[in-house]
Amino acid sequence: MPYGPHTPEDRARMLEVIGVDAVDDLFADIPQSLRTSGLGLPPPESEAELSAHLLKLAAANRVDLVSFLGAGAYSHFVPAVVDQLLLRSEFYTAYTPYQPEISQGTLQTIYEYQSLLAELTGLDVVSASHYDGATATAEGALMACRATRRERVLVSRGVHPHYRQTLCTYFGGASLVADEIPLLADGTAAGTTAAGTTDLAALERMLADVDRPIAGVVVANPSFFGLLEPMAEIGRLAHAAGALFVAVVEPVSLAVLATPGDYEADIAAGEGQPLGMPLAYGGPYLGILACREALVRQIPGRLVGMTADVDGRRAFVMTLRAREQDIRREKASSNICTNQALCALAAAMYLAAIGPHGLRDVAALGAARATELELALAAAGAPRLHPGPYLNEFAVRVPGAPEVHRRLLEHGVLAGLPLARVIPDDPSFADALLVCATETTTSEDIAAFATALAALVAEPQVGVR
Amino acid sequence: MTAPGDRLGPTLFERSRPGRGGGKVPHPPKGALARIPASQLRADGPRLPEVSEPELTRHYVNLSRLNYSVDSGFYPLGSCTMKYNPKIDEWAARLNGFAALHPLAPDDLAQGTLQLLWELEQALAEIGGMQAVTLQPAAGAQGELTGILMTRAYHRSRGEVERTEVLVPDSAHGTNPATASMAGFKTVSIPSAADGGVDVEAFRAALGPRTAAVMITNPSTLGLFEARLGELLAAVHKVGALAYMDGANLNAIMGRFKPGEAGFDVMHFNVHKTFSTPHGGGGPGAGPVGVGEKLLPFLPSPRVLREPDGRFKLEAEGERATSIGRVRAFVGNTGVLVRAYAYIRAHGGSGLCEVSDDAVLAANYLKARLRDVLDVPFDRPCMHEFVASSATLKAQTGIRTLDVAKRLIDYGFHPPTIYFPLTVEEALLIEPTETESIETLDSFVTAIERIVEEAHSDPELLHSAPHNSPVRRLDETMAARQPNLRWQAMTGGQTPCPE
Repeated sequence: MPYGPHTPEDRARMLEVIGVDAVDDLFADIPQSLRTSGLGLPPPESEAELSAHLLKLAAANRVDLVSFLGAGAYSHFVPAVVDQLLLRSEFYTAYTPYQPEISQGTLQTIYEYQSLLAELTGLDVVSASHYDGATATAEGALMACRATRRERVLVSRGVHPHYRQTLCTYFGGASLVADEIPLLADGTAAGTTAAGTTDLAALERMLADVDRPIAGVVVANPSFFGLLEPMAEIGRLAHAAGALFVAVVEPVSLAVLATPGDYEADIAAGEGQPLGMPLAYGGPYLGILACREALVRQIPGRLVGMTADVDGRRAFVMTLRAREQDIRREKASSNICTNQALCALAAAMYLAAIGPHGLRDVAALGAARATELELALAAAGAPRLHPGPYLNEFAVRVPGAPEVHRRLLEHGVLAGLPLARVIPDDPSFADALLVCATETTTSEDIAAFATALAALVAEPQVGVR
Repeated sequence: MTAPGDRLGPTLFERSRPGRGGGKVPHPPKGALARIPASQLRADGPRLPEVSEPELTRHYVNLSRLNYSVDSGFYPLGSCTMKYNPKIDEWAARLNGFAALHPLAPDDLAQGTLQLLWELEQALAEIGGMQAVTLQPAAGAQGELTGILMTRAYHRSRGEVERTEVLVPDSAHGTNPATASMAGFKTVSIPSAADGGVDVEAFRAALGPRTAAVMITNPSTLGLFEARLGELLAAVHKVGALAYMDGANLNAIMGRFKPGEAGFDVMHFNVHKTFSTPHGGGGPGAGPVGVGEKLLPFLPSPRVLREPDGRFKLEAEGERATSIGRVRAFVGNTGVLVRAYAYIRAHGGSGLCEVSDDAVLAANYLKARLRDVLDVPFDRPCMHEFVASSATLKAQTGIRTLDVAKRLIDYGFHPPTIYFPLTVEEALLIEPTETESIETLDSFVTAIERIVEEAHSDPELLHSAPHNSPVRRLDETMAARQPNLRWQAMTGGQTPCPE
């Protein structure tokens, strides 16, 4: 065993003290009929063999393409200091700070994370972390149901499809209902730039149904399609109907965009990955969940508070624990136990390293690159699908988008996401690619994409599906 | 607002000074946001702290030194399996080919990671004796939810909507009943038998047409193998219910007991316990779920599939209508799963069996050495952990388990899990794991012996412990009565952006 310390003499001594002849005797409680012997797995690998194998697997992934893929996970520059500090094993080999006297490092970093995200979201209370943006959104919607004692939420189709599906999975279990709010289709809002955003008239109708009172309205800003939503108006409509307003947010954008606090959302949920976490094929990421102070006893997950020790010195501790599963069991606000604490630490380190001006620069530079991308793609034959304002991600219309996307891979370009892959049931996205730019996108990247795209669009057979 | 003592440093916010830090990313061109309506913009920039990189580094290095961790010492936190976390696993997860891969990258670009995930599923299925495994759940509790939602879908697919109850022993982790509630079930708590095991008769009495599932932690949270498991599983299946195994304590039984082969229908694995992915100060972990034949159709989507030509792919959106759906975005805590995969390959089948053997050996050794020092309520061979109790000590000296735990800190150890399971008075749940040397185990015994002596000779020393930690016992009442959950006086970022 590669990490075991016991010599044969140690084992013999331990067996002697226990008073048995062999380790097998310690397993006497396992009934004979239920015993198995051994595992059908390959033999152990030396560290040298293992590292060679892992290098080979990692090399079998292709991460060398010029990428415009976002759709809920974004490539950002991460200052070197972040990962170097994350390698402090005093952080990553500790567990939940059950013993606060010897966990002040973890506890203070969580408190600082809560403070940083409270500032970014404009809300009062931030949980110590959830699994990811999708589960944080589902938990936010469940909070709205508990707080209002109502059983139905409305979720905009502008929310990430994975988040909507996750929310449905969670709601199905709890026998709660999640209905979708449609988006304004192209042309229905002639003269406006609202196409692709949440349909406010439909929302108003759904909220007006007195037989089916609404617990919460869940809308993302920017939306999955990159569009900026009329959040203040949506919040007013929700509140007028006695519903809570759950905003799904992207944290880097909050350096420049109006915050959930600004537009009076009650709850904010979001994916914290852009704050210093690698893409890593989907995780570990960071579920951000925040709320107004009045909802503090409804928020699930751990909370860290500042207090004092018996000598009156500042100290931090997990608090309001009566919400949690290890205390309340079946009456807890959620079953969450293990969270994503190390990812919250990464986010705090990233924010501290990049600073307030740096974060605004990241957001604004992404917007500038996206403008450049929009113009280049339009010139190459792929105009935007929706006309309205966006920050750094938008959909473009390309005939035969999935095929174009596949062909562009051969040119070394990962041309965002064919929307048909994640929303196969909606024909209006059949010819659309969702693309994004961040501060890591270069003019050369954009030129490579546009040039390859223009050549493909000019081929007559590509556009025909 | 309290002031930091001599061991805690100031917060990031107290360190902030206008003009410090910067230089990480280029400045955007002027007017980069001009195309966005003013109503959509934030009025003022966020008041994030401004700190220089050297200060930032010291801030976190000094905070890290206030933590107790596996890499700094013995961490026998019962039910948490705080074993050594191999360094090659950290290295592997950071390889650019893994770390830079976008979760929506087309399958052709993701063959390395997809192969890894598929092989990890196969390995876990073998370890659990299960038909198939999903790697999606982000933690053990989410694995439980996934498993119980599949159970719900199974019964509904058979029209058995009247199955509304989940039976859970009273010694279970709090996540079990909390999970049952989240999945829309009523929890029925079953008292444990006098020997610490499940009370099969009490279960029989509670089982019936309303039972959807039984959730069993095996080995139990008392560190005991459920000796009457065969009878219990037969009774569960006889009434048409399903058996869920909480795999939190799998570290004891690899190779010697396969839950699926024994008759469990569904189980979760805690890779941050058994397969040694780091606990991260509270997470991230991962909670893969294994299922038998009955629950196969209901696995969350997307599954990782291997095609006849040996290539790997993800299920397409909506490909399997019977699925319970997604339990999260994308495919899982992949970075954590890379570590678990590396751990399993390093050990191989024989090494994982040795892991369990040595974990059980260490726990029984520690139990034998402590038997004359503390109460050991269930004096029979334990699995990878055991329950001790300070009940007698408390009766003799007034010293409680909490005091023993806090005094252990002064001796340089992380305390065991305390006051859990709830069924044992003054409980200490002690899990040494297989990676601790006999010298470490002996020094822990010596510390407990001294503490018990101190309980008789100088109880005040224990009441007021710890004495050598960065802070002393905390005012938890103040923390809860007047919650201070964020720094209010943030000041950074208010000067104009440097050009």
